[in-house]
Amino acid sequence: MKPDVLKQLNEDRAAKRPVVLATNLTSGDQKLLYQTDAEGQSEVETGARAVFASDKPATIETVDGPVFLNVFNPPLRMIVVGAVHISQALAPMAKLAGYQVVVVDPRGAWATAERFPGVDLVDEWPDDAMEQLQPDRRTAVVTLTHDPKLDDPALAAALKSDAFYIGSLGSTRTHAKRLQRLERLGFTEQDMARIHGPIGLSIGAKSPAEIAVSIMGQITQDLRQEAA
Amino acid sequence: MTTEQVASGDMDILKTAAEWRENGQDVALATVVTTWGSAPRPVGSQLAVNGSGKFIGSVSGGCIEGAVVQEALEAMRDGKPRLLEYGVSNDEAWEVGLACGGKVKVFVERVD
Repeated sequence: MKPDVLKQLNEDRAAKRPVVLATNLTSGDQKLLYQTDAEGQSEVETGARAVFASDKPATIETVDGPVFLNVFNPPLRMIVVGAVHISQALAPMAKLAGYQVVVVDPRGAWATAERFPGVDLVDEWPDDAMEQLQPDRRTAVVTLTHDPKLDDPALAAALKSDAFYIGSLGSTRTHAKRLQRLERLGFTEQDMARIHGPIGLSIGAKSPAEIAVSIMGQITQDLRQEAA
Repeated sequence: MTTEQVASGDMDILKTAAEWRENGQDVALATVVTTWGSAPRPVGSQLAVNGSGKFIGSVSGGCIEGAVVQEALEAMRDGKPRLLEYGVSNDEAWEVGLACGGKVKVFVERVD
């Protein structure tokens, strides 16, 4: 590997720029490809497009021999709105599953480092927080406050983003009311179908930790089964 | 030469490789490029080695790291990339031992 390739690769990863490192396994020749390159029609470009989407590296056969495409997508992120009990269980689970976790709660007494060790905490209102955090297609957004003042602005921002998962805590009835409020903000039924509500897989979860498992399971399902 | 695994924790393999190189050390990278069966580490997993045999990251559950590090030290000397195969079907590799019964191909390259 040429030192400048390694340097560029590390810079791209630091800047959260998705990048594919293509390595010819016979010659060792290497090249970095970006999403704009992956619009082309060559074997390597078509392959790069596939590994960007699946997030799984692959080897392709080319006229110059086998080429390994290693994909470096930005890290998965989870934005949790509401520093509540369920979040305390969900945040460490998400970290173990490889997510960078951010907990948003403007209520100072809730989002404390003691309750959320090792988690990024943002004590701003969800609309400001979402503006800063810029959810992308590697981001899951979970709202857990039960409070429309906090949940709704976060959901509105999430719906305008490419977040791969949006989920909101609340009963079927609470969720129906929530959808009515979002409709008044101009969201269509099709937009709102992206929100999982009631949140989580239906596994009969009762305790905060069990609900966190059902949410983590549903997020994993959306992440992995959509791409497959 | 003795090899020694550096505690990785939150350390980044590619960043560590770049730092070693900037400090004037020889460095090689190993990457899992193909797996069959129950290989312990997924495709894309990496390991960086420096000239004194220190390494960070993993390409298996610990079964073939020793052999991969030796090849990496060779690659630092001759500069040639290598595509290595370890697994149950390969007698030599069996002795190195992928006890899990999986099979992996590992690409080893020098960082120039």
